[in-house]
Amino acid sequence: MKRFVYINDDSSPISFCDNRVSNRKYTVLNFLPKNLWEQFSRFMNQYFLLIACLQLWPLITPVNPASTWGPLIFIFAVSATKEAWDDYNRYLSDKKANEKKIWVVKEGIRKHIEAQDIHVGNIIWLRENDEVPCDLVLLGTSDPQGICFVQTAALDGETDLKTRLIPSACVGLASEQLYKMKGVIECPNPDKDIRRFDANMRLFPPFLDNDLCPLTIKNTLLQSCHLRNTEWACGVAVYTGNETKLGMSKGIPEPKLTAVDAMIDKLTGAIFLFQLVVVIVLGFAGNIWKDTEARKQWYVKYPPEGPWYELLIIPLRFELLCSIMIPISIKVSLDLVKSLYAKFIDWDEEMFDHDTNTPSHAANTAISEDLGQVEYILTDKTGTLTENRMVFRRCCISGILYGSASGDALRDAELLNAISNNVPDVIRFLTIMAICNTVIPIKSNSGAISYKAQSQDEDALVNAAAQLHMVLISKSSNIIEVNFSSTALQYVLLDILEFTSDRKRMSVIVKDCQNGKIILLCKGADEAILPHACAGQQMRTYIDAVEQYAQLGLRTLCLGWRQLEDDDYNEWSHMFKEASSSVTDREWKLAEICQKIEHNLEILGVTAIEDRLQDGVPETIEILRRAGINFWMLTGDKQDTAIQIALSCNFISSEPRGQLLFLNGKNEGEVFRSLDRILRTMKLTSSEPKEVAFVVDGVSLEIILKNYKESFAELATLSRTAICCRVTPSQKAQLVELFKSCDYRTLAVGDGGNDVRMIQQADIGVGISGREGLQAARAADYSIGKFRFLKRLILVHGRYSYNRTAFLSQYSFYKSLLICFIQILLSLSSFSLFSGVSGTSLFNSVSLMAYNVFYTSIPVLTCVFDKDLSEKTVMQNPQILVYCQAGRLLNPSTFAGWFGRSVYHAMVVFLITAHAYADEKSEIEQLSMVALSGCIWLQAFVVALEMNSFTVLQLLAIWGNFGAFYVINSLASAVPSFGMYTIMFRLFRQPSYWITVILILGIGMGPVLAIKYFRYTYRSSTINILQQQERSGGPVYAMGLGSLESQLKSSETDMTPLSITQLKNRNSVFEPLLSDSPTATRRSVGSSAFDYLQAAQGRLSSSHSRNLKNN
Amino acid sequence: MNRTGASAAEPSSGSGDGTGARRNSKRPKYSRFTQQELPACKPILTPQWVISVFTFVGIIFVPIGVAALLASNHVVEIIDRYETACVPPNMTDDKIGYIQNPTIDKTCTRILKVPKDMDSPIYVYYQLDNFYQNHRRYVKSRNDQQLRDRSKANDTSGCDPEKTTSDGTPIVPCGLIAWSLFNDTYNFTRGNGEALKVNKNDISWKSDRDHKFGSDVFPRNFQNGTLIGGGTLDSNKPLSEQEDLIVWMRTAALPTFRKLYGRIEVDLKVNDTIMVTLKNNYNTYSFGGKKKLVLSTTSWLGGKNDFLGIAYLSIGGLCFFLATVFTVVYLVKPRKLGDPSYLSWNRNAAAQ
Repeated sequence: MKRFVYINDDSSPISFCDNRVSNRKYTVLNFLPKNLWEQFSRFMNQYFLLIACLQLWPLITPVNPASTWGPLIFIFAVSATKEAWDDYNRYLSDKKANEKKIWVVKEGIRKHIEAQDIHVGNIIWLRENDEVPCDLVLLGTSDPQGICFVQTAALDGETDLKTRLIPSACVGLASEQLYKMKGVIECPNPDKDIRRFDANMRLFPPFLDNDLCPLTIKNTLLQSCHLRNTEWACGVAVYTGNETKLGMSKGIPEPKLTAVDAMIDKLTGAIFLFQLVVVIVLGFAGNIWKDTEARKQWYVKYPPEGPWYELLIIPLRFELLCSIMIPISIKVSLDLVKSLYAKFIDWDEEMFDHDTNTPSHAANTAISEDLGQVEYILTDKTGTLTENRMVFRRCCISGILYGSASGDALRDAELLNAISNNVPDVIRFLTIMAICNTVIPIKSNSGAISYKAQSQDEDALVNAAAQLHMVLISKSSNIIEVNFSSTALQYVLLDILEFTSDRKRMSVIVKDCQNGKIILLCKGADEAILPHACAGQQMRTYIDAVEQYAQLGLRTLCLGWRQLEDDDYNEWSHMFKEASSSVTDREWKLAEICQKIEHNLEILGVTAIEDRLQDGVPETIEILRRAGINFWMLTGDKQDTAIQIALSCNFISSEPRGQLLFLNGKNEGEVFRSLDRILRTMKLTSSEPKEVAFVVDGVSLEIILKNYKESFAELATLSRTAICCRVTPSQKAQLVELFKSCDYRTLAVGDGGNDVRMIQQADIGVGISGREGLQAARAADYSIGKFRFLKRLILVHGRYSYNRTAFLSQYSFYKSLLICFIQILLSLSSFSLFSGVSGTSLFNSVSLMAYNVFYTSIPVLTCVFDKDLSEKTVMQNPQILVYCQAGRLLNPSTFAGWFGRSVYHAMVVFLITAHAYADEKSEIEQLSMVALSGCIWLQAFVVALEMNSFTVLQLLAIWGNFGAFYVINSLASAVPSFGMYTIMFRLFRQPSYWITVILILGIGMGPVLAIKYFRYTYRSSTINILQQQERSGGPVYAMGLGSLESQLKSSETDMTPLSITQLKNRNSVFEPLLSDSPTATRRSVGSSAFDYLQAAQGRLSSSHSRNLKNN
Repeated sequence: MNRTGASAAEPSSGSGDGTGARRNSKRPKYSRFTQQELPACKPILTPQWVISVFTFVGIIFVPIGVAALLASNHVVEIIDRYETACVPPNMTDDKIGYIQNPTIDKTCTRILKVPKDMDSPIYVYYQLDNFYQNHRRYVKSRNDQQLRDRSKANDTSGCDPEKTTSDGTPIVPCGLIAWSLFNDTYNFTRGNGEALKVNKNDISWKSDRDHKFGSDVFPRNFQNGTLIGGGTLDSNKPLSEQEDLIVWMRTAALPTFRKLYGRIEVDLKVNDTIMVTLKNNYNTYSFGGKKKLVLSTTSWLGGKNDFLGIAYLSIGGLCFFLATVFTVVYLVKPRKLGDPSYLSWNRNAAAQ
C-alpha cells in the first residue's frame, strides 16, 4: 500500500514506471487484431461477416459473394483507417509531451533529459513558468523562506496562485546541498485525490538528523501545474507517467454511442428477428414444397437423396436472399454524413471566436445527433459562463454613485476630480481597496508592479486602486508601502482578520505611520458589514447601491473603516493572540474575537466588481431553457459567488419568481433531513409557476452520493435547475454518471482541467477553449470558443444532424426492405401460394449491389443539406427541439411507417410488373429490369417528397442519379457478355415499359402524397406549422417582438408544455411536475378535442420511445 | 464584429510570428457550402399545389388508360388448352405413363375457330402453367460461356446436374434448361385443307443469335443420357440457328409464361377454322402443369392485356376523386397554413 521513494538513488531496489505518458489505444502489432475485435463486437458487423461467409458457399448463394465482401472490406478498411489516424495523432501529441526537455539533477550536475526518461526518485529542476512534468515533492526553491507559487489551473481549474512550501527538513539547504541530497519518502500508492498527500520524508545523513518530516499536499508540485513567480524550484519525482494524480484521474474515455445509434441498433435487431421469422417460414414452406412438389418437377432433377444438410439449404438461401433487409450501406452512409456534420461544425463561421481566434471543432465526429437530444446541461461556472476576468466597474462612496453613467468608475471624471481634490472619504476608500487584502505585489526588473492575488476580487480592487493613483508598492514583513499621487505612505500591518465563508468579511488592522493612528479596514459582503455600522449612519443609499449593483450582476463588497483607540486595540490584540493559538475550536473562537472589534464601522462605500459574463450567456441559457433543456451548474467556487453568477445569467430567478432551496448539512442526518425537506418542497411547488432551484455544496454532495443516491436522483429529475458548489472534479463526474444512470442525455460543458472527467463522462463533452488552458477542449467531443456558441451547436447543428440521420437511417432500411420484399414476393409468386419457394433472386448481383450501394445511397446522402426549418426559425422557436429530444423522428412507430411503406411499394412494384409483363413478356432479365426501374423511380420520388429543402446539390443528386441509372444500365446493355445485353434498349422501345413504370409511380406515390398532404395540413406537427409560417412568408417575421415576448413569458411561467421533463413520467412520483399542473389541465380541457388528440398522440409517441429506452 | 475580431486577434498571433494576423487566422473560409447556406427552394404542400397535382395526374392517366384498353381490345387471341384433351381416353388415368411411353404416337388434332379477323403477323405461342423456370436450381443450370464459344465446350461449371454424359464427356449445351427443351410441335391447316405456313425464323432475339449463341458451336452429346428430358437438337446446326432453344433459354420470371413458337404470316378471317396437328411430346403431367396453344395478334402495347388499361383508368379516376375531396375539404374547412396560434406554446400563452 505504500511506496518508498529513494531520493536521487538510481540503484533503488524497486522500479516504478517511467514518465512516459501514453494515451494510445493500439500499438503497431496489436492494431489489426484489436481493431477487428472491436469492430466485430458490434452486432451489425458480426451479421455482415456471417452473411459474407455464407455467401462463399456456392450452393446457397443467390448472388455473387463479391457483392457483400466488397462493401464489407471497404467499410472495415475505412473504419480501421480512421482509428489508426486518430491513434497516430494521439501518439504524436504524447510524443511531444514525452520528448520535452527537462532539467534533472544527477550526481550533483544538472542535465537536460527528455520528460519520458524521468524516473521516480529523480530530482527535477524547474524554472519559472515551466510546466511540472510529473508529481514532485518540493525540496527547494529560489525563495529564502522556501515558498513557491504554482498555478493549478490545469488540474483543478483554479487560476489563482497557490503557495507551496518546502518541507521543514529541507529549509535552509543551499542548492549545492540539494543536488546531493539523499533520503527516503514514504508515500501512498498512486491515487487520484488531488487534495491529499499524506506522506513522510526522512533525509539521510549528513543532511539532518533522523527526524521524520511529515509531508502534505502543500509540499507537492503536481503534474501539469505551472511554476509562477518563483525563479526556480526543485523537487523529487514521486509519481510518474500515467501514475500521477492527473494521470490517475484521467480515466479511460469510453467510446460514446449516440441515442440514435442505439435506436438504429435496436431497429436492426428487430429487423433481424423479422428476417429470421421470414426465413424460417419460407424455409419451412420451401422444404415442404420441395418434398411434395419439386420432386414432381422432373426438369429440376432433384436427386432422390440429398446430403445431411439438405434441410438447411433452402432456409439458408432465404437467409442470404433476405440479408439485404439490413442495409450494409447504412454504416458507410452514416459515417459519411456524420463526418460531414462535424465538418459543418468546424466550418461554421458563426461559431468562430474572434477574440481568441479559435474556430469550433468537433473532435468526435460520431455524436452530432446527440447534440439535438440533450436533456441536461451540466456547466462549469468560472471561465465557462464567465470570462474569468474580474474588473472593477462601479463604486459608491459616501452616498455618491460613481461609474453609473459610463459603466466604468475608473473613467468617471467626478471620481477623478474627487481624488485630485483629496476628498477624505474617497482617499480612505482607496486606501482600503489598496491595502485591505492579501495581495502580493511583485516588482519586475523593469520597475513595473504586478500583483498576485489568491482572490480575483482583491486583484481587481488593487489594480483599480492603482489606476486611481493609490498604488500598492510593496509588502515586506509587516510594512505596507503605498504610493498615492507620488507621495509614499507607509502602514504597519498589525493583524489580518482572515476571510472565512461564515464571516463573509475580512479586515486588516494597520497603524498609519504618518499619524500613528491605528485603524481597522474591513471589506465584505453587505450582509456582513452593514449591520455592524456605527449607529446613526445613513444606510439607505448603500443598501440601494448594493441592490442596484447586484441587479446588474456585479459582485459587491462593502468597505468599512474604524479608528481604534490604542488601549482598545491592545486589549483586543491580547485576546486575539490567545485565540489564534488555541487548539480547540480555533476558528469559532477567532470569529468570536473578530466580532468584538468589527463593529461600529464607518461605512465608506460599496465596490462593484464585474466577473464579466461572457457575451450572450443569459440569452443562450434562456433559449436553451425554452428548448426544454435543464441546466445544472457545477462549480468549485464558493456558494455565494455561484449564486450571484447564476442570478446574473438567468440561471435562476430572484425572488419572488424564483425560489432557492439550500441542501446542506455537515453530517448524514442533517443532509438527509435537508434532502427530504427539499424533495417535499419541490413536489409541492411543482404545480406553481415558480422556478425552484436548489443549491448543494460539495460536502453534502459527497454524503448524498454515498448514501442517498436514489432520492437525489429523484430530486434531479424534478429540478430543472441546480447549483452545486465546491464540488471536486470527481464529484462532477459522479453527477454526470447519476444522470446517465437515469437515462438522461447529458451535455457537460467546461473549460478547465477540473472539468475533464465530467466532459469525458458525459454523453457529450463540450470544452470551452478558454484561459484555463486547453485540457478541457482537448478532452471534449466538441470545443467551442465561447459559451454562447452552445445554442447554435445544439439548436442548429444538433437538431439538423438528428433530423438528417433520422431520415437517412429509416430511408436506408426502407429501400433495402423494398427490394427484399420484392424478392420474397417472387418466391411466393402470385398465383399459387407456396410454389416455387426455392430462393431465386429476381435481380442479378450487379443490379443488387448497385441498387444498394449506388442508386439508393447517393441521393439520400444529400440529406446533409436538408433543412426542415431555417436557422432563424429554430432560434426563434427553440421549443421544437423537443422533437429531437423525445426522439419523435426516429422511433419504432415512425419506423413502422417506413416499414409499411416498403411493404406497400414492394407489392405495387411486384404486382404491377408481374401483371403488365405477364405471358410472352415474362422473360426474367426484362422483368427484373422493369421492377428495378420501378424501384428507382419510386425511391427518387420518395427522397424528393421527404426532403424539405432543395439545394442544387440535392436536385443534382436525385435526378442525376436517376439519369445515371439509365446511362449505366444502357452501357451495361451494350456489352454482349453481360446477362442484360440489349435489355435496356429493348425496354426503351416498348411503350409498355414506360407505361408500367409510370403506373408504378402513380400507384406508389399517390397515397403517400395524399396522406402526407392530409397530415401536413390537417394534423400538422409543430414543425409543419413553422414550415408553413416560414415559407408562406408573413407570420413568422410579422410575429415580431410582441409574440416573441409572449412566448418568453409563457415559457417563464409555465416552462413550456413541451418541456422534456413531462415526458419523464415513468413513475407516478415524478408526475406532478408539469404535465398535471392546473394550467396544463385547463389547457387541454379548454382546447378543442382535435388539439387534445394531437397532444395525446405526441405524448404517446414520445412515451413510446421512452419505454423503449427503458428496456 | 470584424473590427473587434481583427484587433483582438493581433496579440494572440503576435506571439507566434509577427507577419500579421490575417494569414494566421484560423477563421474558417466562408463559402455558402460550408455555412450550409446554399440557396434552396423549400416547397410546401399547399392545397392548391396538391390538388392540381392530383388533377393533372388524373388528366394524364385517363386517356392513357383508354388508349391501353382500346389497344388490348384490338388484339385477337385464340387460346387452346390441350394437355388433357390430347391424352387418349383410355390413358387418362395414367397420363404419366402415356407421356413417358415413347412407343405411343403423340399426335393430336385440335380444331380452332377464329373469333374475329386476325391480321398478319399472327404470333403462335405455347403457354406453360405451373412451370418453374424461375426455380433456383433450374435457372442457374446453364453455362453462357459454353453456349457462346466453341473453345469453351469443356466449361460446364454451373450446369449441375446435367454437366456431362455418364462417361464424363461434356454435354453441349449443358444444364437443366437446355436439357428440358420444350418439344411439342404444331402444324396448322385451314378448314379448306390449305396448309398455313409457320415461320420459325427470327423468333428469338437477334442479339442472342449474334452474341449469346455461337455460330460455330454445335450440339454434342445432347440428350444422350439415360434420362431424356425434352427436345433434341440437330447436331449439324450451330446453336445460333437453334431458335427454339434460344427462345427456351430466355427463362421466364413467373411460373406462367408464353414463348414464341412461330409466326403465321397470312391474315385469318372471322369464322375460319384452323386444324392444328400437334405432337404432344412434352411432359407436364408429372407436375400437373397446363399446356396451351396461343394464337395472337399484337398491338403497340403488346399482346392482350387489360390490366394496364384498367389500372390506368381506376388510378386516374381515383386521382380525380381525391382532387375533388381535397377541394371540398379545403373549401368547407379552410385551415390557414402556418397560423402561429396553432403552436402549442402560443396556445398556452393565449390560455393564460
